[in-house]
Amino acid sequence: MAEAQPSQEPSQVAAFGAWLATPIIAIGELALFFFQSIAAIFRPPYRVGSLFAQLDFMAFGSLFVVGLTGLFTGMVLALQTIYAFGLFNAQSLVGATVELSLARELAPIFTSIVVVARVGSAVATELGTMRVTEQIDALETMAVDPYNYLVVPRVVAAAVATPLLTMLFNAVGLFGAYCVSVFLRDMAPGTFLNRLSALVEMKDLTDGLGKSAVIGFVVIMISAYRGYKASGGARGVGIATTQAVVGGLIAIFAIDYVYTAITLSSTASRGGGLGG
Amino acid sequence: MSTLAAQAKVDADRPMIDVKDLYKSFGGTPVLKGVSLRIMPGTTCVILGGSGSGKTVLMKHIIGLLKPDKGEVWVDGVEITRLRGRELQDERQKMGMVFQNAALFDSMTVGDNVAFPLREHSPFSEQEIAEKVKDKLGVVSLFDVEKKFPAELSGGMRKRVGLARAIIRDPKIVLYDEPTTGLDPLTTESVDEMIITARAKLGVTSVVISHDIGSAFHIADYIAVLHFGRIVEEGPPAKVRKSEEPHTKQFLSTWFGRT
Repeated sequence: MAEAQPSQEPSQVAAFGAWLATPIIAIGELALFFFQSIAAIFRPPYRVGSLFAQLDFMAFGSLFVVGLTGLFTGMVLALQTIYAFGLFNAQSLVGATVELSLARELAPIFTSIVVVARVGSAVATELGTMRVTEQIDALETMAVDPYNYLVVPRVVAAAVATPLLTMLFNAVGLFGAYCVSVFLRDMAPGTFLNRLSALVEMKDLTDGLGKSAVIGFVVIMISAYRGYKASGGARGVGIATTQAVVGGLIAIFAIDYVYTAITLSSTASRGGGLGG
Repeated sequence: MSTLAAQAKVDADRPMIDVKDLYKSFGGTPVLKGVSLRIMPGTTCVILGGSGSGKTVLMKHIIGLLKPDKGEVWVDGVEITRLRGRELQDERQKMGMVFQNAALFDSMTVGDNVAFPLREHSPFSEQEIAEKVKDKLGVVSLFDVEKKFPAELSGGMRKRVGLARAIIRDPKIVLYDEPTTGLDPLTTESVDEMIITARAKLGVTSVVISHDIGSAFHIADYIAVLHFGRIVEEGPPAKVRKSEEPHTKQFLSTWFGRT
């Protein structure tokens, strides 16, 4: 018994070290992947054809689902806001509140969730399958940089497509909220639109679009990373896809908080408010 | 003229691939333990070994997909383990690789797969590329398959397309990763003939990693037997066949002992 103790301690230390090292190595690999991918963006050849193919898949292919999500979000937001603001007779603020919520928060975040679910999973699966079937190794042996060929068109397309889809979400969401307020809740169109132009500024829209561009870029980078590092056949690709979606969702909310905190700190200094 | 002749002699005497004292470990587990191997120009060398012997790791070092812990890999007079980025990409263009499962891009047609290296790296027109694709597919005895997708081909045909893609830029070296694994005897025979034909028609240096003893003795000019990260026997097939080295003897007995 007395001899067993010294042999156990080093193994426990080693186990703790391994437990500590795993996330550090993962973060280091992810950081390296980010760095290599960003460096590849500025390195020729510039694959414009691949970029447009990805834009077609990410933006055009997501129009319907983003539009539908935006429509229902705007409609339910109108119902909830009319109910809540009716409690203290402030229906004139419904239009502005809905649009502020959509522009600053709901449109970028819901659009990003759709992008992770539809595009992120596809990117992780496609790259993961290419990895486990040695297609990425084949690219390298043919002297083609996989970062330049596979990752760059996808992350750049995501950074462009996500804000475009967010704009669509905004527009359709506001349309849905207007229809519910005016046609189903008998609100006068002027009441709905009254404070909209006064309270919603261009910066509210651009903050939301900027946020969605950053989120789109990062979540598709995470998806590409998971696919690129996949191993172990079909099961490995499945795990990579799950990790891509889960990692993407966490990244959305983490970036949302940091980005909002930064942009709101500069907005507060303008001295704006409801009274404006 | 004498200088050129002297240079030609130096080139002929210099190995196309020279692996020097190569070591590689993964997660503390040694996979290559001091491998040295010289492969002369225009020959077919088969690296023979069982599962886990380090064959694939050795091949990935030759093409620069892995960096060694220690040792050197000289390819056509260039030490490639120290190369990175563009320099490594330039050096890789001297080599073509045929993967175990062909690793064709399944979203592209056969024609686009074979044309891919040319579209990436050469100034040829589409018409010239189409002619070269047809020519190389002819070398591997495939005709009128340009418009098909890889999923529409048999395993043997996919390997042929993989070889056509590997040789489209006329490389000096072709590497084959387990070319006959999982194939029926007739297809194995046809893949062996494909390797022999490619060497005869193109004069390339071929490196084949395999555990298929029958195929190895059919196609090789030189055989190196790899056992748990060390080359335990090497030489022309006739010499290896008579080897008294215990691991080689045991490994070869699984084939020759039965036939």
